[in-house]
Amino acid sequence: MSGQENEDSTQQPPSNPLEEELKRVDAEAEPGLVEELEQERAREEAETVEVTGDRWRDAFRQIVSGSWTVALGAILLAVLAGSILIVATDEAVQEAASYFFARPQDTLKAVGEAIGGAYSALFRGAVYNYQADSFAAGIRSFTQTLNNATPLIAAGLGVALAFRAGLFNIGGQGQMLMAAVGAGWVGFGVTGLPFPLHLLLAMVAGMLAAALWAGIAGALKAFTGAHEVISTIMLNWIAFYLLSFFLATPGLMQAPGSANPRTPPIAESAQLPPLLGDRYPVHWGFVLALLAVAYVWWLLNRASLGFSYRAVGENPRAARVAGIDVEWSTVSVMLIAGALVGLAGVTQVLGTATTGFGEGIDSGIGFDAITVALLGGSQPVGVLFAGLLFGAFKAGGSAMQAAEGIPIEIVLVVQSLIVLFIAAPPLVRAIFRLPQPARRTATKRKSSSTKEMTA
Amino acid sequence: MSAPVSQPAPAPAQEAGARTIDKVSWKTPIALGSVLVLYVALLALAPHEGSARFALSTSRDFFQIPVYVVPAMSTAWLGAGVGLLLTVAVVLTVRARRRVPLWWISVYAVFLLVGFLAWAAAGSPRDLSVVGLLSGAVVLAVPIVYGSLSGVIGERSGVINIAIEAQLLAGAFSAAVVASLTGSPWAGLLAAMVAGMLVALVLGLFAITYRVVQIIVGVVLNVLVIGLTSFFYSQVLVPNTELLNSTTRFPRLPIPFLDRIPVVGPVLFNQTILVYLMFVVVLAVWFALYRTRWGLRVRAVGEHPKAADTVGINVLATRYRAVLIAGAIAGMGGAFYTVVSINQFGREMTAGAGFIALAAMIFGKWDPIKAALAGLLFGFATNLQNVLSVVGSPVPSQFMLMLPYVVTLFAVAGLVGRSQPPAANGQAYVKE
Repeated sequence: MSGQENEDSTQQPPSNPLEEELKRVDAEAEPGLVEELEQERAREEAETVEVTGDRWRDAFRQIVSGSWTVALGAILLAVLAGSILIVATDEAVQEAASYFFARPQDTLKAVGEAIGGAYSALFRGAVYNYQADSFAAGIRSFTQTLNNATPLIAAGLGVALAFRAGLFNIGGQGQMLMAAVGAGWVGFGVTGLPFPLHLLLAMVAGMLAAALWAGIAGALKAFTGAHEVISTIMLNWIAFYLLSFFLATPGLMQAPGSANPRTPPIAESAQLPPLLGDRYPVHWGFVLALLAVAYVWWLLNRASLGFSYRAVGENPRAARVAGIDVEWSTVSVMLIAGALVGLAGVTQVLGTATTGFGEGIDSGIGFDAITVALLGGSQPVGVLFAGLLFGAFKAGGSAMQAAEGIPIEIVLVVQSLIVLFIAAPPLVRAIFRLPQPARRTATKRKSSSTKEMTA
Repeated sequence: MSAPVSQPAPAPAQEAGARTIDKVSWKTPIALGSVLVLYVALLALAPHEGSARFALSTSRDFFQIPVYVVPAMSTAWLGAGVGLLLTVAVVLTVRARRRVPLWWISVYAVFLLVGFLAWAAAGSPRDLSVVGLLSGAVVLAVPIVYGSLSGVIGERSGVINIAIEAQLLAGAFSAAVVASLTGSPWAGLLAAMVAGMLVALVLGLFAITYRVVQIIVGVVLNVLVIGLTSFFYSQVLVPNTELLNSTTRFPRLPIPFLDRIPVVGPVLFNQTILVYLMFVVVLAVWFALYRTRWGLRVRAVGEHPKAADTVGINVLATRYRAVLIAGAIAGMGGAFYTVVSINQFGREMTAGAGFIALAAMIFGKWDPIKAALAGLLFGFATNLQNVLSVVGSPVPSQFMLMLPYVVTLFAVAGLVGRSQPPAANGQAYVKE
C-alpha cells in the first residue's frame, strides 16, 4: 500500500538512499534490516546496464533506459492524447474534415491551428505570456502557477507522508475544510492583534484543526481498526456539512448582514503578504510549502520518527517486533499529515481567498493531492515538482478555457494520463521502442518489492 | 493491516453465544454508549412536543393499515430506555467476557431509529411515509450496491478497485448517449456495462499486466474518467442535448399481486427492472463466489496466487476475467443515473458514490451479501434525510445530512472493527 513500488518505478533518486540507510542503521541492533538492505543493494547493482565496451553505446543505453526518458515519454503520450481530444471536438476541424478528400490541406491547417492555439494558450497561462507588454506583466503567469502549486504541494505532502506509513488518506478535502474553519475563524473573528502574531495564530488554529480532524481517522485506525479509507471519506462529508452549517448560521461564520453562505473578509493582519509585490498573486504561502517539503524530507530521511513511519508502512508486523509503537505511529503520522494538508487550507484562506470564502474553498485540492503524491512517488521532492507541474496545468488550463474555449477538464485527462504512463515504464518503453533495462533482474526486483509490501 | 489483536477472528454469532473470549474489547459498549449519549442529549436539549404520524400503507394495498399516531416524546424516551437497557446489558456481557449477540445491537438500532423518527416528525401535520422512506432507500442504494459488488469481485481476485467511481461515471455517460441515440434504455444499460468493462480493462492492463500499484491506477482512472466525461459533456453533449442527452427511462415495473402487499409490496415489488436485477445480481455473485468452481478459483487467486498457480490456475487470466465482470456490474450501477434516476447526464453526477461503494464493500467485509446490505444502509441514511426534510425537523438540515456519515463512523469503529481484506489484495503476481 505504500509508495514502495512506486518509488522503484517512477523516482530514481540521484544519490543512493540505500547506502545512506545502510550507514545509518545500527548493525548490532537490527541485523535483519542490514541484511535486507544489503540484498536490496545487490539487486540494485545487478540492474545497472552491463558494459559492452563501446562507451558511447553504453551512455546512450543508460540515457534512454533511464527514468527521465520515461517521464518525458509519458508527458509526450499524454499531450498527444490531449491533442487528439482537442482536435476531435474542434469545430473548425470538423468543418474542414467534411471535405477532407477534396482539400486535405484545409483539415491539416485546422488541426494545426486547434493544437497550436490550445498549447500556446496553455503556455501563456502557465509560464510566460509573450503577448504581454512587458516582462513584468508576462511573468505574472508563472507566479500564478506558483500560487496554484502552493496548496497542491502542501496537501500532496500530507497524502504522501500518510502513504509512506501505509495509510491511504483520502480525507484531504475534510482536513482542508477544517483548516479553513480554524484559520478563517481566527482570521476574521479575532481583532486587535498585530500583524505577524495574528497571522501566526490563524495558521496554528487552521493547521491544528486539520491535524485533529485527520487524527480522528488515525486514532480510529489505531485503536479500533476502522479502515482509514472509510473513516476519512466519512470525515470529509462531516466536515463539509459542518462548514456549511457554520457558513449558513449568522453569528458563527456567516458575514454579518449577508444572506449568502460566505465568510467576511480576512483581517489584514492575518493575511499572508504577497511574496513579490501586489501585482503578482503568489504569496508567502509558497515559501511555507517549500519549508514543508524540507521538513518532510528531513522527517522521512533523517528523523527516527520518520524511519518508524516507513517501517510501519513497509511491514507493520515487523515494525512491532522491532519495538516500534505502531499505534502511536499511526496516530502521529495522521496528525502530521493532517497539519500538512491543513497548511494547504490555511494558504488558501489566508493567502488566496482573502476576501472571504464559501463551502467550495477546498476546490478539489484534497483529491488532486492524491494524484500529486502518486506522481511524486510519495517523495517530498517529487511532490514539489508534481505540485508545480499540476499548478502549471491548472493556470494554463484556465487560460486555455478563456482564450480557446476548450473545457478545463482536458487538463484532468492529460494529468491523469501522465501519472498512469509514468507508473508503467515498460509500457512507455515499449511504445517508443526504447530498450528495456535488464529484463531478468527487473522482474526479480518487482516480485521482491511486492513481497515486501505484503509481508 | 495488523495491529494488536483487540478482537479475535469473528466466529458465527449464534454458536459463540456461550464461549468466553480472551481479550476484552470495549469498542462495542463505547460505541453504543456514545450514540446513546448523543441521542439523549438531543432529546433533552431540543424537546419536541406533539404527536408523530407514521403511515404504513399506500392506497393500492390489499388492506389498509391505519396511520399510527404516537406521542412523540414518550416514544422517543422509550427508545432511549430500551437503548440504555441494551447498552447496560452489553457492558455486563463484555465484562463477563462473553460475546454480544448481534440481534441485541439490531434491536438497539431499531428502537433508537424509531424514537428518533418520532422525535423528528413530532408536530408535523404530514404523515411520515414509512413506505416512502424504505422504497426511496432501495432506489438510492442501487449504484452503491452495484459498485460495492464490483469492488467485492475485484478485490476477492486480488485487484484493488478504487476506480468504482470511474466505472459508475463511465456507465452513466455511455448509457445516456446510447439510450438517447437508440431510444432504448436496454441499449443504454448494455452500453453502460461495456463502458464499465472498458474502464476495468484499463485497470487490468495497468494493474495486472504492467503491475503498477493498484491504488495509483484506481485513483488516476477516476480523475481520467471525470476529465473525459466532463470534457465530452461540455464539448459534445451540451450542444446536442436533444440528440445525445435525453434518454428514455426504464418504467416502474410492478409485479402483479406482490406489489399490493402492505409495506413490503411497494418497497420491493414496485421498482424498476434495474432494482430487481440488483437483487438477482447480489445473489448471483454470492452463488458464483462461494458455490462455483469459478468463485473458488477467484478466491484462491486473491488469497494465495502462488498456490493457485501451482495447481494450474492461470492467475492473470482469472484476475482479468474477475475484473471485467466486476466492471460490467459497476457499469450497470452507473446506468442507474441516466436511465432510471433522471433522463440526462450531468457533469460528475455520481458525486462520490463510488467511494461510498468502496466504504460499503469494506463495511461488508468483502462479502457480496454483507456489502449489499451495507449499501442499502447507506441508501437508507441518505433517504432518511430526504424524508425528514419533507416532514420538517427542528435540527438544522446540515446536521441531518451529516448524520449518516457520523453513524457510519461509529458503526465502523465500534461494531465492524478490523476488516481483513483478501490476503493477496493489491499485489501484482509474477509467475516464476
